[in-house]
Amino acid sequence: MTETPDFIEPIDNTPIEPPSLIQVGHSPHLSHASCSTQRMMMDVLIALIPVTGMAVYIFRLYAIKQIAICLAVCLIAEAVFVKMRGRSFSLTDGSAAITGIILGLSLPGPAPWYVGVIASVVAIGIGKVIFGGLGMNLFNPAMVGRAFVMISFAGIMAASGYESAVSGIDAITQATPLNAFKQMGISTPLKDLFFGFTNGSPGETSALACLIGGIFLCIRRTASWEIPAGIIGTVLVMGGLADLTGSPSGWTALHHLFSGSLLFGAFFIATDPVTSPMTSKGKLIFGAGVGFFIMILRFFSGYPEGVMFAVLLMNAVTPLINNWTIPKAMGE
Amino acid sequence: MADQPTALERFAQGILPENPVYRQLLGLCPTLAVTNSVKGAIIMGAAVLFVLLCANAMISLIRNLLKPHLRIVVFTLTIAAFVTIVDRFLAAYMYQMSKDLGPYIPLIIVNCIIICRCEVCASKQPVFTAAADAAGQSLGFTLGLVSIASVREILGTGMLLGFRVMPAAWPDWVIMVLPPGAFLTFGLLLGAVNWVVAKKSASGKKHQGAS
Repeated sequence: MTETPDFIEPIDNTPIEPPSLIQVGHSPHLSHASCSTQRMMMDVLIALIPVTGMAVYIFRLYAIKQIAICLAVCLIAEAVFVKMRGRSFSLTDGSAAITGIILGLSLPGPAPWYVGVIASVVAIGIGKVIFGGLGMNLFNPAMVGRAFVMISFAGIMAASGYESAVSGIDAITQATPLNAFKQMGISTPLKDLFFGFTNGSPGETSALACLIGGIFLCIRRTASWEIPAGIIGTVLVMGGLADLTGSPSGWTALHHLFSGSLLFGAFFIATDPVTSPMTSKGKLIFGAGVGFFIMILRFFSGYPEGVMFAVLLMNAVTPLINNWTIPKAMGE
Repeated sequence: MADQPTALERFAQGILPENPVYRQLLGLCPTLAVTNSVKGAIIMGAAVLFVLLCANAMISLIRNLLKPHLRIVVFTLTIAAFVTIVDRFLAAYMYQMSKDLGPYIPLIIVNCIIICRCEVCASKQPVFTAAADAAGQSLGFTLGLVSIASVREILGTGMLLGFRVMPAAWPDWVIMVLPPGAFLTFGLLLGAVNWVVAKKSASGKKHQGAS
């Protein structure tokens, strides 16, 4: 029998060397051997199944087209840009695929093909690779891409972008619930919002599907529960306060919670481990900040929805939050 | 004092090797603010050309009278006089353009390119060299501005100098004519220029090593 080494064997088959130095790498930080970027990304892919399923059920070909375009272009863009930077091949970690699917789910179905293409190239190129690739990016890549097309093609991305006469369910011909509420003061029944039989971006309409996927992610600890908890708590508190002041049209805190991309954003977008704080206190602050900005944007801005800008705003202060919440080392 | 560059060298340096926008990163305020149309960029470049030429010539003429501790004040006052001329000229003859460029014409007074050229060249060299330097630097500045403005105007409106260059179905990338478009375009072009320069100097070194 050969001698067994007295230190833990590395998971891959690289030449064994004694772990003499603590490796300081960039996030996502993984502490257990079964943890890997691939495993985390696999979890996210599994968690996206209910959302994607619901999207395809409601929006049919629109959802499939949008997801396929974003997925393909994100993968191609990742391969091309990473090669341009002379880095090693990074498609296998699955992060570009996740960005593509989330982006596809967050674009309105009837939007033309070039919207998805431009959003994907911007997401991967300007949102991620320019900063140095996975782990180095300051902003959530999918949201960078979406913000770019949102500002560029406001007409296609705004209310009319969601309406189309051909679809599986009658809801698609209507304005999105948040638009209907903002522009005409019409509120949508809670049941429709919860199950997702409303119009919107393919991934965001079904609160139930987002909850199922999101709770799975939290149980697997792939997503930190503090971030969605912070967002949902803040939205409920601020929505509740708005209720107390007398909401005339019956749009309650629960409507705020189940409408738009709030739950999709809370579970799948804001929880990106790269662009959110590292400590649990920091994550709570981050979540509360996202929730606060969502409500401010919904109440006071020209946009009906604020999840994207709220996440980008809080991404920008993530390094600051990290700095505030450095845990005290023992004996300090 | 070390040998000063000749007039021709000064002129050539300003255009590419020491391009104010891409190599010195000076005068970025107008670079970002007025580059959403090529026309605005050209007018801005012309305004800078006039001010820099006059200021450089004037400073060069009085260079022997300058007191070291007062020179910056003298530079600024000289520049301000010529900027006022440009500003009033535009307001009188190109009213719409003057409105479009807004505060960025008066702001030429504090444009670092001009103070930098007065300090580096005009306060040390004769009039002809100073004028050649001014022409080279302003051409370089205009080149930088027009390159950014072309990208932004084509992507943002599908037009160039008001003429349609993209197919009629071109979807305008509105973000490109807004401030974020300026930062993105400038950053990407700057990266491209740096990449070309790095490539050139690397191949130059290889060449020297081989010979």
